[in-house]
Amino acid sequence: MTTAVATPPQPAAVEPPPAPPEPRTLPRWAWALVVVGVWIVVWSFTKGQDTLALGAREHTDLHNEFTEFRDAVLASRDTNPIIQFTYQLGSWFTSAVEWLQRMISIPDFPRPVPQIGWIGVTAVATWVGLAVAGWRIAVLVALSFFSFGLFGYWSDSIDLLIVTFVAVSVAILVGMPLAVLLGTTNRAGASVINTVLDIFQTMPTFVYLLPIVLFFGIGASAAVVCTLIYALPPLIRIAGHGIRSVSGMTIEATDSAGQTSWQRLRKVQLPMARKTIVVGVNQTIMAALSMATIAAYVDGPGLGGPVLSALSKNDVGGAFVPGMLIVVMAVMLDRSTTAASEASEKAARGRIDLRKRRIVLAAAAVPVVVALWASRTYTDLAEFPENDLGSSIADGVNRFVDWFIDVFGGVTEWFKDLITYGLLNPMQDLLAESPWYVSAAGILALAFVFGGLRALVPAVICVYGIWFFDLWHDAMITLNMTLVGTVLVMVLALIFGVLMARSRYVDLLLRPVLDAGQTIPPFVYLIPILALFGPSRFTAILAGVIYAAPVAIKLVADGVGGVSSTTVEASRSTGATTWQEITKVQLPMARGSLVLAANQGLLYMLSMAVIGGLVGAGALGYDIVLGFSRSEEWGKGACAGITIVLIGIMIDRVARAAADKESVTHDPTRRPWWRSAMG
Amino acid sequence: MRNTRNRWRRGTRAVAAVACLALATACGGGSIDEETQANEEQAGAAGGECGDLNMAVNPWVGYEASAYVVGEVAREQLGCTVNYKDLKEDVSWQGFGTGEVDVVIEDWGHPDLEKKFVAEKGGDGSATDFGENGNVGIIGWYVPGWLAEEHPDILDYNNLNEYASEFETSESGGKGQFLGSDPSYVQFDEAIIDNLGLDFKVVFSGGEAATITAFEQAQETKDWLIGYFWEPQYIHAEVPMEQVELPPYEDGCQDDPAKVACDYPETPLKKFVSTEWAESDSTAVGLVQNFEWTNDDQNQVAAYITSDKMSPEDAAAKWISDNQDVVDGWLQ
Amino acid sequence: MSTVTDRHATTSASTADAALSVRHLWKIFGKGADSIIGTPDAELSRAELKEKTGCVVGVKDVSFEVAPGEVFVVMGLSGSGKSTLVRCLTRLIEPTAGEIVIEGDDVTRASQSQLRELRRNHASMVFQHFGLLPHRQVIDNVAYGLEIRGVPKKERRAKAAEVVELVGLTGYEHSYPDQLSGGMQQRVGLARALAGDPSLLLFDEPFSALDPLIRRDMQNEVIRLHHELGKTMVFITHDLAEALKLGDRILIMRDGAIVQVGTPDEIIGAPADDYVRDFTSEVPRSHVLTLKWVMHEPNGDALEGPVLQADQIVKDAARIVLDHQGPCRVMEGDKLVGVVDDEDILRVVVAEEEVKP
Repeated sequence: MTTAVATPPQPAAVEPPPAPPEPRTLPRWAWALVVVGVWIVVWSFTKGQDTLALGAREHTDLHNEFTEFRDAVLASRDTNPIIQFTYQLGSWFTSAVEWLQRMISIPDFPRPVPQIGWIGVTAVATWVGLAVAGWRIAVLVALSFFSFGLFGYWSDSIDLLIVTFVAVSVAILVGMPLAVLLGTTNRAGASVINTVLDIFQTMPTFVYLLPIVLFFGIGASAAVVCTLIYALPPLIRIAGHGIRSVSGMTIEATDSAGQTSWQRLRKVQLPMARKTIVVGVNQTIMAALSMATIAAYVDGPGLGGPVLSALSKNDVGGAFVPGMLIVVMAVMLDRSTTAASEASEKAARGRIDLRKRRIVLAAAAVPVVVALWASRTYTDLAEFPENDLGSSIADGVNRFVDWFIDVFGGVTEWFKDLITYGLLNPMQDLLAESPWYVSAAGILALAFVFGGLRALVPAVICVYGIWFFDLWHDAMITLNMTLVGTVLVMVLALIFGVLMARSRYVDLLLRPVLDAGQTIPPFVYLIPILALFGPSRFTAILAGVIYAAPVAIKLVADGVGGVSSTTVEASRSTGATTWQEITKVQLPMARGSLVLAANQGLLYMLSMAVIGGLVGAGALGYDIVLGFSRSEEWGKGACAGITIVLIGIMIDRVARAAADKESVTHDPTRRPWWRSAMG
Repeated sequence: MRNTRNRWRRGTRAVAAVACLALATACGGGSIDEETQANEEQAGAAGGECGDLNMAVNPWVGYEASAYVVGEVAREQLGCTVNYKDLKEDVSWQGFGTGEVDVVIEDWGHPDLEKKFVAEKGGDGSATDFGENGNVGIIGWYVPGWLAEEHPDILDYNNLNEYASEFETSESGGKGQFLGSDPSYVQFDEAIIDNLGLDFKVVFSGGEAATITAFEQAQETKDWLIGYFWEPQYIHAEVPMEQVELPPYEDGCQDDPAKVACDYPETPLKKFVSTEWAESDSTAVGLVQNFEWTNDDQNQVAAYITSDKMSPEDAAAKWISDNQDVVDGWLQ
Repeated sequence: MSTVTDRHATTSASTADAALSVRHLWKIFGKGADSIIGTPDAELSRAELKEKTGCVVGVKDVSFEVAPGEVFVVMGLSGSGKSTLVRCLTRLIEPTAGEIVIEGDDVTRASQSQLRELRRNHASMVFQHFGLLPHRQVIDNVAYGLEIRGVPKKERRAKAAEVVELVGLTGYEHSYPDQLSGGMQQRVGLARALAGDPSLLLFDEPFSALDPLIRRDMQNEVIRLHHELGKTMVFITHDLAEALKLGDRILIMRDGAIVQVGTPDEIIGAPADDYVRDFTSEVPRSHVLTLKWVMHEPNGDALEGPVLQADQIVKDAARIVLDHQGPCRVMEGDKLVGVVDDEDILRVVVAEEEVKP
């Protein structure tokens, strides 16, 4: 794509067959080995010098300047017009959330119960599910809502639903215009927007939690805003991509009819990108739910609260139950939005008998009205009756975890030692104990080897930034943990991804587990891992792997599964073994997905750096937690957050450049639009 | 027991109600209208002298115990509307100025925050010091009970180096590991280790949960562990721990963070409140001002919450009913 | 050669009443394309120019005119710039230089709104890959052009229904494009172009993506529509047979430049260079050439026997000539222009047999 204008391709007819890769003296991996070799030699003479290590409570002038800036903003909060404005905004969010809460989740004084009780809410939600997506989804919705009450977290669940609803609504309101901008602007504009989105997506939430409190206050408003910030980028990115990838031929054909650009957007681009936009909304909802626990740190209403409070009592079971309800909610919303989109398409195509459907819906509305009335009349139908199910499950989980740790505690130690002494420590010695300029040179050289000049330029900028923010040593430790974690993630992704792609049963079995792994708050499984492996970098890496692996596994499975069956058939016809089929056909042809999986795995690992800080991994994660916990260290925490963003962008850009450089195949859909016009 | 049976009865009632619904017949049962009326009357009678009480709940159980005991007294006996807000310390203090937080019931010492928000310390005056709450924070170096039993000499810091190699872990780079704690807490361990010439390296657990899990596991599996810990903390009731003796605290020995070579002082825990709220005529102001109890009291309520798995409200109510005389003292 | 130029002069319309007139049209892709035209670089071959400046020539100094009601075919292999050329006509691709006049209006100088007006009312296009809107029914795809003009729904649907009937899609109004075969989809494309009742229809390789039988149907459809509606058409193709079948005149392009313009028999009878000769070599000449191209001077032959017209196709005349002993007369109107005998006919037919595998 970059070279679209600079070097217009030859027309196909006169195009020579793809040139063989330039003859080079050494392949890339050999160059990389040379770089690492030189690095090790230099390291052995210089280790321990100029590592720029900073003690846990030390900070530099730069960090202090950040803290002072924050203090100045804080001091001006009564007069600062921006804060006045954001406070106003925040109070709107709060009143929207609170109004909805009084309607359906908390007592609306002087009523002892909300305006609509649980059975009414469940009935309405089920009816909506029936109306937009059919009876299967209606059953799913009914069961999900019922489980919220049954496990004892009715109000918290509904609160989370409300916060998610408000945040996602605002996200769509703000995000769609930006998505259109991203989808229609030129390449330079798009890359600027993408970089900003990268920053928002890699910036650890803890860093902006305190400023949000400063600008929007505590509680529902802060919860909505931090959810919004985290949930907005996927929508803009995916919807923008959808708009951008609307078939150029259709656009040209309709342009030739003389449409204005507004007509093009409204009648062609948006309708044709509809499916992708729905995926964007769907991902936004998932992102919003994954913020539930973080939002609880600022008293956001929802299921995050009980998770955190159970955590403070080391009550794994107590955190597990609300954690699983978040998963239930995620699955429910995910399946409903997807099914709703399919159903509306079907309806638009006249494949549904509208009259029959209206009759069904009208008939179904009768019990809904009865349920509404009943939920306003009978206490037990307004307030979910208490029961012991939730707490007995929590007890069961606690017993299981205790048993598990009893049996496996210590047995697992060898694995931790293997990874730590075999991989983690040697790499960390090299990265973090070299003088900073040696590490910097090594990183830049590797970036150049793998991605050429296109990787070198962003790498130089990011390395300079990391150095500038005075947390070099911590950054290297975090980088190292991220790399080791990504290796583990990719091992899992390859094994399970290929298995899933090759066997439908494995796929059916594993997919729900992966869905759960992706949406369950990491805090839930933190304690058992801690008990098994103690506070250590390995614990942090393991938590990160659990978080990052599902995405990578899914991507690899989809990629391998997407390899054309004719190619596989052709290879089988030559008598290839299963192993050859996987290694010589399926994996190479799914290369794009593998690169994407590695890339996403890296970024997910990086986003867990903060969680790592909570379980003894130290480094940047600790700095961020420290900045969030002690106000005089906020500047250091903010700098650590920026450093994480820089590491993320650096890895991403190098990986992308490396993938592009290696790829010789021409993706026809990626051809510049005018190329097909040249006949 | 009574509780359980009650729940069952309510459960049966729900089933009955659903059944009624299915039959679409009119049944009697708990009337929401009656309760609404009762609430209205009660609100009228109470006259709203207390109003809202915004209670910050910082994320550790001891704090939760204090906050809910004060909160439940305010709610049950003064008729306040209590809003519990789960917040970290920093965020709580920021809330004083905006009216979102009225009370921080247990403060372990945040000189930097006081400097920013307390008028006497040069701050903007949004926070007011309401004095001590009776709890005493003890910070120190702890080892699990089994270790103290088997190697009693370990409780003297002079002998620590002999055992340093036993404390080595994958994280400690060849030295003994000293487990630091949650970043929120006051910690001088790196300096103490340096200045006492100990062969240890501080590894930060990063959070209270991580530290507690580490001590639990160490006691269970007889692992070697030494780390930063504190009282009051509910876990002392479950996991035996012993404090290692450091050179005793003297005034001024922790003034220069780099030169600290002594034990932590005992910290009287304090109450801070929003100035605006303190100056209001809420009847709860007096309650918070008078609130004072002991470490044992707090540990008792914390144990109700953690060991007996009671909700904080129930735990507080139980303690209140057992100790009404103490509570009466606060209400004078 | 002289015949070609003569014929050219008589058949091409003069600028004033031409439906479409293109003069010195250039399109160069790449940075700094503007500055190349007029310099010696412009004379470089495509490969040389790319080597030197990184720019690629799409259309190189093309001029032609199309008379009202004419079917004008632009032919070339892929990469010859023919699709770029047709897109320049309504500025779907901005030309780098040159002038385009459609019905007296200068397209190259038109403002955006004038351009939209042109696209809405005067020139419609049919595309190789149809470019239909997958989320709309056939009827609404056809009505799209009317919709964006602001025609009320009822009216535009009525109009669209007429056109749907015209292209033989009755009964499929409420289908979605993905429910139709390729040929039917292209009928929708055709209907969409016709719905706005434009005077000029542009076809960009409309039938290349269809299989041969369907392609033949669609070609006949175009011929039928041309007879019925008499629209001016510019038709892009890489298929010589299609060009010969449809075109009143054919423009052959190579590397962005014109190689030859002429009627089908001119192209076959007098190829401008080896390039044209090479790819016309497999065409059954007897199917294209008229007697004019095979007759000889009547030097001393007996002027009796059947009378044939000069523009009669060889294939059609062959039976008469072969049945008759001796030469037949070839007339242009009332004037005798030559005679044709068995040998003249066989030369064409036998040559064909030899070429065939």
